[in-house]
Amino acid sequence: MVKNVDDIIIRTCSRIMVPFLQIFSLYVFAHGHGSPGGGFQGGCIMAASFILLAVAFDIGEAKRRFSEKANALLCCVGVFIYAGAGAVSLLFSSNFLDYSAWRHIIPVGPIMARYYGMVLIELGVEITVMAVMVSIFLDLVTAGDQEAVLEGIDD
Amino acid sequence: MNRLLSLLITALAGLLLLYGAVEFPPWGDPRQPASTHVSPRYIEKTLPETGVPNAVTSVLADYRGYDTMFETSVIFTAGVAVMMLLRRSNGKKR
Repeated sequence: MVKNVDDIIIRTCSRIMVPFLQIFSLYVFAHGHGSPGGGFQGGCIMAASFILLAVAFDIGEAKRRFSEKANALLCCVGVFIYAGAGAVSLLFSSNFLDYSAWRHIIPVGPIMARYYGMVLIELGVEITVMAVMVSIFLDLVTAGDQEAVLEGIDD
Repeated sequence: MNRLLSLLITALAGLLLLYGAVEFPPWGDPRQPASTHVSPRYIEKTLPETGVPNAVTSVLADYRGYDTMFETSVIFTAGVAVMMLLRRSNGKKR
């Protein structure tokens, strides 16, 4: 399935590329308000950096950087942030997902409260998309048996 | 015979769709219903109402927040479904 190909060019290039991919992902996420981009796209780029690690090194390297436990946790945390951001509005007798109610928490007007609410939910989207992409990739590429593949590499 | 029949049905459905597409307004027509009904409201009110210069983001994350929330849930569900279907043996041998 996943062979351990030891190629110094591929390893060095991907090691250099991964931080830039992650910074670019955060840029796409943070700049989604003024230009094309946002949580979905940023999350995909962030996931691509971990998938590049898994492809260029091996599954174990990707799992050392981003353990399965953290992965499963982040899948849920993203959705939780989004739904929680909506539910916070309910506490201030406002509609679900109406971020202008956040002006009671953060010291800005209702318009900028909507702005920051959007930033928060985009963060939730980014986290979920990133974690789910990596999780699906690792499950598919090892046919669901990540431990067996890891042991095969150690041999 | 069966394949011929399905080809015929596919071709007929495609022709029907193409026939329907003839009635569409021209591409980018400013007088088409979509451009005169809801779009101007979002284009005009996005910046004063939400402070976001990108109308796509404001529609995606604010005006249509429910939609995006359940899109995220769908992605989450897809990840959990793949985990449930494929993931085997957490630590213990098969």
